[in-house]
Amino acid sequence: MTRDTIRMACGFAAALSLGFAAAPAMAQETAAKIDAADTAWMISATALVLLMTIPGLALFYSGMVRKKNVLATMAQSVACTALCSLLWFALGYSLSFVGDGPWLGRFDRLFLRGIGMESTSAFAPAIPEVLYVTYQMTFAIITVALIAGAVADRMRFSAFLWFCAGWLIFVYVPITHWVWGGGFLASAGVLDFAGGTVVQLNAGIAGLIAAYVLGKRQGYGTDNLAPHDLSLAVIGMGLLWVGWLGFSGGSALGANSRAAFAITATHLAASTGALTWMFLEWWTRRKPSVLGLITGAIAGLATITPASGFVLPWHGVVIGLFGGAFCFWACTWLKLRIGYDDSLDVFGVHGVGGATGTLLTGVFAVAALSASPDSPEGSAGLLEGNARQVLIQFYAVIAVIIWSGVLTYLLLKAVEFFLPLRVSEQHEIEGLDLTQHGQALQ
Amino acid sequence: MKLVIAIIKPFKLEDVRDALVAVGVQGMTASEVKGYGRQKGHTEIYRGAEYAVNFLPKIRIEVAVASERVGAVVEAIIASAKTGQIGDGKIFVTRIDQAVRIRTGETDVDAL
Repeated sequence: MTRDTIRMACGFAAALSLGFAAAPAMAQETAAKIDAADTAWMISATALVLLMTIPGLALFYSGMVRKKNVLATMAQSVACTALCSLLWFALGYSLSFVGDGPWLGRFDRLFLRGIGMESTSAFAPAIPEVLYVTYQMTFAIITVALIAGAVADRMRFSAFLWFCAGWLIFVYVPITHWVWGGGFLASAGVLDFAGGTVVQLNAGIAGLIAAYVLGKRQGYGTDNLAPHDLSLAVIGMGLLWVGWLGFSGGSALGANSRAAFAITATHLAASTGALTWMFLEWWTRRKPSVLGLITGAIAGLATITPASGFVLPWHGVVIGLFGGAFCFWACTWLKLRIGYDDSLDVFGVHGVGGATGTLLTGVFAVAALSASPDSPEGSAGLLEGNARQVLIQFYAVIAVIIWSGVLTYLLLKAVEFFLPLRVSEQHEIEGLDLTQHGQALQ
Repeated sequence: MKLVIAIIKPFKLEDVRDALVAVGVQGMTASEVKGYGRQKGHTEIYRGAEYAVNFLPKIRIEVAVASERVGAVVEAIIASAKTGQIGDGKIFVTRIDQAVRIRTGETDVDAL
């Protein structure tokens, strides 16, 4: 075993041995009635969102890297899923969704203690709390896994794992609490249905910082870094697109009309995004590429994410159009201009898409869709007369950019103090599959 | 004995094989290779990145024949592999010092 792995093993053993000693008490609480239909849908949605990472994102990303790095790229998605699941269970959920401090939750639900058969979360009163935990877990997983795309082909696996663990705790958890867990952004009235800020922009900014800190791939700009097998990427995109129906529809936290509206807007945005990118590429490069088509779809999906449960179907079309266009510009013009090597365009698609969608949510939000017994007026956007919402959305975008950017940078530097972030030059040339994992596609 | 090496367009492999069988050749080796001559490559575009691909896929076949049959073999290959377009390929003929059939130990012309 190498020094890296021994350090890793000791670290994990120490960190996890703490809590498993305590047996969780099964407290019986009187809580809101759990609805069977809502629960059934949310269980399905959980599975759909999990599918988005394994194998959706795994395929999407690994199809786009070179053959020598395909397995390693998949390993990042799978390992990230496993690691973030355990950390979420241990303390991620509790610090995100329990307690209403402006900055962070509390440790009340450490290792999910106290959650019983009848427990519900105040944020999802109609479904079992433990299901809310697991549903939110799938969001945490994919957010962290997305970042891997920015540093594809060159990040050391051990450093990646430490980074994932730290990023989940210090970046994802606070932002989740701020926007969804009753923190200061929620109090300010920020609208983010399925994670335009929490997931997309957050991962996008982190990806940009990581791409900058790790540096460009060897041969970037000179060598042929063409994708190994785009058919894998197309399959991955399909899983992401379909899984997104769980991402958006499940964010309604119930089996209801709002979920259906969310799914519809989501699907239309994906469709429009795909066609927008396709036509833009056809016009600027004379051919509509397959990579462009699938990237456009994901761009549309990333952009609709914060808006899906707040907007009408036709808004989904418009938002998909903006998403496809802005992300196309970001990935083809902006990227070359700024000169960073975000291998798989995590910033260009998810960062730019998430920010765009968050702002557009402030424009298009329809009060009728978000009206509920708790908030009968619902949340309106600019088109319904509430211009202030756009400013609130902008506030959230800035807050997330600052926190994600700064903390990601500090975290990378902290990990780098102990381990090199990149593999050696020679290992990068040989490929991560063989050098990090001892295996290769035959 | 001579080794006839031909670089041909991939889709011509079956035609060349049929032509060689017709002139009495009993075996050949084919491999997938990349190459270029006067036929230029192409450009591939992946989002913001453009890659010039100079090497084109080709098939390399090798046939070992007795010296007196080289002429017929080369003509058969030319006739079957030619399309008239740039990129049809080339044929090289080299000497073979020794040939052995592994199963029986037969040497030289008996091994071909």
